[in-house]
Amino acid sequence: MSPTKPPLVGASTPLPLPPPFSHSALRLLTQGAEALVFHTTLLDSRTPVALKYRPPKPYRHPLLDRRLTRQRLLAEARVLVKCRKEGVLVPDVVALGADEGWLGLGWVEGATVRRVLDKWVGKRGEEGEGELMGLMGRVGRAVGRMHEIGVCHGDLTTSNLMDSPADLRSLAGDIVLIDFGLATQSIQDEDRAVDLYVLERAFAATHPVAEPLFQEVLRTYGESYKGAKVVLRRLEDVRMRGRKRSMLG
Amino acid sequence: MIALGLEGSANKLGVGIISHPSPSKPPLILANLRHTYNSPPGEGFLPKDTAKHHRTWVVRLVKQAMRQAGVKVENISCICYTKGPGMGAPLQSVAIAARTLALLWNKELIGVNHCIGHIEMGRAITHAPNPIVLYVSGGNTQVIAYSHRRYRIFGEALDLAVGNCLDRFARTLMIPNNPAPGYNIEQLAKKGRHLIELPYAVKGMDASFSGILAAADVLAAQISEDLDEGKRLRAEDGEVVTKADLCFSLQETVFAMLVEITERAMAHVGSSEVLIVGGVGCNERLQEMMALMAKDRGGSVFATDERFCIDNGIMIAHAGLLAYETGIRMPLEESTCTQRYRTDEVFVAWRDQDTA
Repeated sequence: MSPTKPPLVGASTPLPLPPPFSHSALRLLTQGAEALVFHTTLLDSRTPVALKYRPPKPYRHPLLDRRLTRQRLLAEARVLVKCRKEGVLVPDVVALGADEGWLGLGWVEGATVRRVLDKWVGKRGEEGEGELMGLMGRVGRAVGRMHEIGVCHGDLTTSNLMDSPADLRSLAGDIVLIDFGLATQSIQDEDRAVDLYVLERAFAATHPVAEPLFQEVLRTYGESYKGAKVVLRRLEDVRMRGRKRSMLG
Repeated sequence: MIALGLEGSANKLGVGIISHPSPSKPPLILANLRHTYNSPPGEGFLPKDTAKHHRTWVVRLVKQAMRQAGVKVENISCICYTKGPGMGAPLQSVAIAARTLALLWNKELIGVNHCIGHIEMGRAITHAPNPIVLYVSGGNTQVIAYSHRRYRIFGEALDLAVGNCLDRFARTLMIPNNPAPGYNIEQLAKKGRHLIELPYAVKGMDASFSGILAAADVLAAQISEDLDEGKRLRAEDGEVVTKADLCFSLQETVFAMLVEITERAMAHVGSSEVLIVGGVGCNERLQEMMALMAKDRGGSVFATDERFCIDNGIMIAHAGLLAYETGIRMPLEESTCTQRYRTDEVFVAWRDQDTA
């Protein structure tokens, strides 16, 4: 791999990145409102990592900016470590530069559930039905297990669920949850139900015909831990109000 | 077509007269008058006193506006008034004035959603075609995007409105309410030197301000001039923390939250333009921060000055006339007002399905 110029992202994004990534070969994967995610290597060129970089925000007071970046990266790392310890499949925390604004995560091989659905849904006939149902079951159990240990994801979409390792032919991978940037440590039914609601909306928005599949996610979720049934009932309330309350004066 | 608009959902009574000469031409502002009820320092405006203020001034203001605009009663197409959201008693007093005028002059009535008034006026003044809207005032904090004939709320305050947070902190510090508590905080904040840590409460695209206010109030008690010099709160460099420092810290914190939730909404819908409306939108520091964020995203920020940011009658006249022109009518029996009236309840018949 040759050190290529990092892709230009936004006019004033402060690139290059802080050390030790100043001269790394970086490939931009996604750019959200908060963070840039790169594919790069750490320690040696054979160890791939996903590098999450939160650039300083010029509009924020520098003190506030450093405080927030540090808090958020630490919170994300803590949640990931907790998941790891409790056996929920998430990326490893490889390295952290809390003051410099970056988090290095173990590379997850595979495809996002969104991609898998894109590929599989809409195929005619019964072919693949069983595999897809199996995949949905694993999604439901993975989310249930995460909720059981007291973590809510905060941005649960089909793009944040990986089927790993990707085998688009048999769909036999494990479900790995990624992007815990908005995650909280919570055991509240409301937070859990909102997670499910967000996932349901993501299904409906990107794969309208896949909506029946989501029923399978909910079914396995309901059986995955004690208390899951209560969350499913709460989900009905959340659906009714569409995550919005009536205006209070 | 010409409309007269009456606004009185909070402590400002506004009367505006607007003309829409033709669909291709920009609207003409014929009169835009406002009279504000100010409570003494340390106090907020109460519904009863505010309603009384509006009742006292509405006739004078309407007469003055008609004179200034130079229009005859027969040229007016409709009377528009704020249906909600807002404080009950002031809303009612202005709705009664609107009904009276409509009956007296035999005109159509149009009840307008206050938030929609702000958005449409902001769009008309700045010519921003399809921006993400940050609506920030004493009663509302919303991040809004237009889609399929509705202004959809992407994020909002979970408790206090940001303006209410600032107003109430002004009361804590006994800062005058004239011309506006938020304006006085803004001027004081310019002299602030130290950023004192306050909670920061963003949840996805929503924000919470009540905890920040409580924390700021605690800090305010620690800098009271009644305390001995040695017991007062000090910044990291050892200097005594001032009122200006607290105003500065509060602004920096809550505005950073607002810019963050706006940026998240922009990333979500893929927009690069922001329009700031509502009373807090006059704040130049907020405008500056928003511009820095928008520049980073290759976009720009649109804002208006106090004539249109702060509650006014012209925005009600403008939004009401837009609805009137699409054929919307409101029978007298339905000309009610309501304290709860969400922005996304209004069907926006005057805009295209997706943009413009």
